[in-house]
Amino acid sequence: MSGAVSQSVRDAQEIEFETPGQQIASRDPEQELLTINFGPHHPATHGVLRLLTTLEGEIVRDTKPIIGYVHTGIEKTAEDKSYWKAIPVVERMDYLAYYFNAYAFCGAVETLLELEIPKRAQYLRVIHLELCRINSHLLWLLTSALDLGAISMFWYGYRDRDNLLDLFEMSSGARMHTRYIQVGGVIEDIPPGWAKKCRAWVADMRDRLGQYRALLDRNEIFLRRLRHIGAVPADRLLELGVTGPLLRAAGVPWDLRKAAPYCSYDDFDFKVPIGTEGDNYDRYACRMAEIEESCNIIEQALDGLPEGRHITDDRKVALPPRHELATSMEALIHHFKLVTEGFRVPPGEVYFPIEGPRGEYGCFVRSDGSSKPARVHMRDPSFVNLQAFPDMVRDTYIADFIATLAMLDPILGGIDR
Amino acid sequence: MPDATGLELLAQELRDQIAQDAVRDTLHFRGKGTIVIDPARVRAVLAHLRGKGYTFLASVHGVDYYPEEPRLGVHYELLDMQEVDRLTVKLRVPIDSPEVESVTPDWPTAELQEREIYDMFGVVFTGHPDLRRLLMPEDYEGHPQRRDFPVGGEPVLFTYNDARGTDYTQ
Repeated sequence: MSGAVSQSVRDAQEIEFETPGQQIASRDPEQELLTINFGPHHPATHGVLRLLTTLEGEIVRDTKPIIGYVHTGIEKTAEDKSYWKAIPVVERMDYLAYYFNAYAFCGAVETLLELEIPKRAQYLRVIHLELCRINSHLLWLLTSALDLGAISMFWYGYRDRDNLLDLFEMSSGARMHTRYIQVGGVIEDIPPGWAKKCRAWVADMRDRLGQYRALLDRNEIFLRRLRHIGAVPADRLLELGVTGPLLRAAGVPWDLRKAAPYCSYDDFDFKVPIGTEGDNYDRYACRMAEIEESCNIIEQALDGLPEGRHITDDRKVALPPRHELATSMEALIHHFKLVTEGFRVPPGEVYFPIEGPRGEYGCFVRSDGSSKPARVHMRDPSFVNLQAFPDMVRDTYIADFIATLAMLDPILGGIDR
Repeated sequence: MPDATGLELLAQELRDQIAQDAVRDTLHFRGKGTIVIDPARVRAVLAHLRGKGYTFLASVHGVDYYPEEPRLGVHYELLDMQEVDRLTVKLRVPIDSPEVESVTPDWPTAELQEREIYDMFGVVFTGHPDLRRLLMPEDYEGHPQRRDFPVGGEPVLFTYNDARGTDYTQ
């Protein structure tokens, strides 16, 4: 018995209080700091995020994110595939924003190729990008509400998301990681009846958004858990490279769709919701307002959907229509070349940024002139935004830690890639 | 976007203000300006560009230019939010002494991104507050994003091999 006690005392003396590079706890018994390990398998981390957290009583004094648990080497894998085969792997980075990953990558390749995208393809992209933004925000809303104890929100949110995935399935054949966006346009035109179904879903979503607001916006518990918590000044957020709803909640009206319009976003009339205080409530409110703005954009795009091709008719880049293969020798050659080798891209380096649900998705592509990219790098907003998390939770209660993490909305697939 | 003339003026200004060899090359590609700089001047150049309005560091990424020398590259994507203007600053370091001064003290957003480049390419950022591996395990050897690192080069350890004594680590 005494042997066991002295064993544990010896172990206690050997505990490392320091992590390499940064001291997060001290040996001083008067200070009463406690370092705990939060995650990586905690359900509220929204993935496999490990947070080494120092507490003083109930107060969080510091936290250090430790990542890499779902690193799968997607950037490396993409270098080994021809450009059109890299799209599906790039999509799997941030697994809730697959249309954005695919568009950032395809946009970079199109810039290198100096490709003109047909107007209809641009509109179809906008519709699907905005649907994907709502998808991502819905999943954020329902999991965040679950973290705060509002479990009914979880069921309601999944119901809407499931109907949304039906739309993706109808237009592309897949519910997630759809590979819908291609270099040069989109893989297929929307099927008959899709637009009607999409309108019905959007109308439904507006209705439901009102219900969710009625459920949450006047909920005393929900408001008390969010208001005046986790605010970080806007200039500090800019230093840390934070973009997206987190930055807009702090009052900076920065949205790439407005600031540097791409993909015909300047054709649509929409607002950029911003917050005043930058606390957790503003982050929540900004995303809720963004869902509504996305609904507006989708309806305008469906109203103004131009006629024309859904993908470029440059046969060096896009596959020829199926029916031509039986009659045209050139079409068959192009098809064969594209499917075996892929298309070659002029040498150069391009960084293509777009506004995603979590901020700036920027894809860097370097081409060496061959049919495979020499380097693909995604500037993932979750990865950069995570650096602001210690600032958000420092000197708040441990109970608010989960709420702030939920409002940060990190996607670990995007962080680790 | 700075046009080709504006880019040259900016490069000349950097040469005059910092050092004649601070800027090695300028490049205007697909409507966007790039300044290639001397790696030793990175902090001074970025600090000067911040004064010119490029106050937001959007991204830092690493590139391996294998088989060209100097092999490793680091790119800094700068953004001017007022003028909605982007500028890329690039530098190259040789593979046998891949050292670049860290910009994390000036731009806190670079902290994780420089760690990622250190992890994936082996570029050492001097003055970085906490330069450790980020995505790969702490005891990992090699830098997987280098072009001479093979895809599929990672053996997988199964309990079957462990039990039979055919574990590759032994």
